[in-house]
Amino acid sequence: MTPTQTQATSAPTSGEIEVLTFEMQDEIFALEATLVREILDMSPLTMVPGAPRYATAVINFRGKVIPLADLRISFGMKAEAATIESRIVVIETPIDGTPTLVGLLTDRVNEVTTLDLANSEPPPSIGMRWRPDYIRCLVKRNGQFVILPNLDNIFASPKRSAKPQLVTAA
Amino acid sequence: MSMTADPVAIFRTEANELLERIEQSLLDLSVRPDDMAILNDTFRSLHTLKGSGAMFGFDALAAFTHHCENAFDRIRKGEIPATEDLISVVLSAKDHMRALIEGTADLAHGQDLLKQLEREVAKASGAAAPAEKAADPRVTWRVRFRLPHNALVNGSNPLALLAEMRELGDVTVVADTSAIPPLDTIAPTECHLGWTVEIVTDKPRSAIEDVFIFVIDDMELSIEQVGGETAAPAADAAAPVAAAATENAAPQQRPAGEPAPANPTAATAAPAGESVRVPAERLDELMDRVGELVIAQSRLSQIAASSLDLNLRAVSEDIERLSNELRNTMMVLRMVPVGTLFGRFRRLVHDLSRETGKSISLTTEGEATEVDKTVVERLADPLVHLVRNAVDHGLETPEQRQAAGKSETGQVRLSARQAGGEVVISISDDGRGIDKNRVREKAESQGLIMPGAQMSEPEILQLIFQPGFSTAAQITNLSGRGVGMDVVKRTVEALRGSIDIKTNMGHGSDISLRIPLTLAIIDGLLVRVGNGRYVIPLSAVEECLELSVEEDLRSRGRSFLSVRDALVPFLRLREVFATGTEPDRYQKVVVVSTGSERVGLVVDQIIGDHQTVIKAMSKLHEDIAMFSGATILGDGSVALILDVPHLVAVGQSQEAQLRAAG
Repeated sequence: MTPTQTQATSAPTSGEIEVLTFEMQDEIFALEATLVREILDMSPLTMVPGAPRYATAVINFRGKVIPLADLRISFGMKAEAATIESRIVVIETPIDGTPTLVGLLTDRVNEVTTLDLANSEPPPSIGMRWRPDYIRCLVKRNGQFVILPNLDNIFASPKRSAKPQLVTAA
Repeated sequence: MSMTADPVAIFRTEANELLERIEQSLLDLSVRPDDMAILNDTFRSLHTLKGSGAMFGFDALAAFTHHCENAFDRIRKGEIPATEDLISVVLSAKDHMRALIEGTADLAHGQDLLKQLEREVAKASGAAAPAEKAADPRVTWRVRFRLPHNALVNGSNPLALLAEMRELGDVTVVADTSAIPPLDTIAPTECHLGWTVEIVTDKPRSAIEDVFIFVIDDMELSIEQVGGETAAPAADAAAPVAAAATENAAPQQRPAGEPAPANPTAATAAPAGESVRVPAERLDELMDRVGELVIAQSRLSQIAASSLDLNLRAVSEDIERLSNELRNTMMVLRMVPVGTLFGRFRRLVHDLSRETGKSISLTTEGEATEVDKTVVERLADPLVHLVRNAVDHGLETPEQRQAAGKSETGQVRLSARQAGGEVVISISDDGRGIDKNRVREKAESQGLIMPGAQMSEPEILQLIFQPGFSTAAQITNLSGRGVGMDVVKRTVEALRGSIDIKTNMGHGSDISLRIPLTLAIIDGLLVRVGNGRYVIPLSAVEECLELSVEEDLRSRGRSFLSVRDALVPFLRLREVFATGTEPDRYQKVVVVSTGSERVGLVVDQIIGDHQTVIKAMSKLHEDIAMFSGATILGDGSVALILDVPHLVAVGQSQEAQLRAAG
């Protein structure tokens, strides 16, 4: 298991972590700073026909072709057109066990800060618009909740993760 | 990948090279059994394998190899001849050594091999000239040695040396403690002991010298014979030792100015040349960087072209030239000679010849032809299958060959040559050839084709690559196993290559694999569909046509195009990709093919041909079958590469559906 993988799957539940915060549709999200490789301005997108809805495009990142994921789709938000503040956050995260570079489309990138996980809460099981398994935890900060998404569950596409289940069911 | 490689992994790599070398020398020996250079080389390789095996804890390997080494020691001293049977046993033993390294060895099999080896050595020594030393061959040697003080720190182990001498015969060991300093000044990590060892053995002096082969450079050693020819003075003993030392030492340890020894061993070592081992992923990384550079350079060219600054233009042109050269050099780095692939077939043919009782001569040609490393790795198994087939199905028995007026020895020829952007690897034999009527009958009886179907000769021959096709009547234990011909075809197609078969009844057949030179780069046709740009591999493109408005309208119901009286199904990529754009007024059709199946792809615009560096699709997109990869265009944007076999399959199934419906 690679270090990044351990980080993403068995993240600490207490103590302070350094994160990059960014916004999507006025909600504040945060990702461990160690996952982040680079923050890019919007660059030309190449649409991939037949791709899953949350990752419809690829971009050229330093000579590599990497997928561009739109977490707004995963969280059921409206995908609005890019603005001057839109940024692509390039992260490295394991997908099916392979460390993969993925660009995340964000409406605005805020800052690198520390979050105290002592203030964190698991996602409430009811009363939330979003799939609870897409959220690792909510951390209260300055009177507002910061969402730490669960990338493993988001990128385990329903198609790929459903396949084995179908086999066992049949 | 971590920088500190696992030493055991390094040993494995080295051992594999040694084993390959041993195999090649053994095969050379079977042709020229008296060649001392080859004998010495084999012996040295075995010895190194034993030594480093023991060093890395492969004790079973070291012990096993030791026996083979002994046998070769006797051969190179002229005590026994290198008989063909003996070489065969050692070849099998070599396979066992590999199994020992990989940890898959069957120990009982190892014991069997050792018994066989012993038998063959005994047989061979019986066959040898009557032993010169008929009297008691046992001689007493007195060996005095002293290791340098720091020997223990460097990892030498005097106990191991003593143990090795014990194996040679009856041994009396006396330690020389005279040099031990007083207890209060003693450094526990230093070696102060010397030894005098008397060995009663039938082994020659060189056997004793070999014990010290790894430590001889810094130590004091004298070997003299006790009684008998005591005349041999110590100085004389030192001479061969010194010679052995230079022979074993790296070349730079030779005194400056002394020319390299003009012995044949140096000549055999020379072709290896100077090389550096680099992990493949570092090369890929370098390739990425060069790709980025080329893209940045093309942006610079665009700026320079629109500028009036002559200096800027000059610099831009220089950089363009340099980056092109850099890219070409980069491509060459991944190339390896096909010879590395051909080497293993000598062994295969040797084994096949013994198994089938057919006399076979293998000739290889064009070993220096270079192809991408991945191609070499992936082609190994298919080629094994093709060579097996050639020997098993192609070549006749010696009697049949004589009856047919051919020489008894069957010829199998492996050749490689470069033809344009492709490498052609062909396997040909002068056997009975492929019986087309028989292939046809088989295919009909297995329901692969309709009885009486009109088929051209190449089409019939391609049938042997069909998954269900088997000429069961002919299958023996040789060719039924491993990969089938359909796997051969699939592997070659996965490498974007193709297979040609030629056959001449009674005179043999020739199977040629045509593989693109490199996997990393393809020539593609850049097209536009909607707002997106896509690359179609040029090797799959047959022709480009215009889709006339009438034809477009007429084909609403049935997506067929008549190309020179042949009906070609076509796919509107705009619809397949759901671009949601209006079609261009003058749409184009790119007719692509795999094998004999063709399909037209309707695009909005053909931009031109484009050489592209292929990038794999990421995990998130890899299950989209329509694309085989992506590439970065000159302006830095990304274009997707179409997977032609997949699109053809889609088109063909559409055609089948239409037929079923109509």
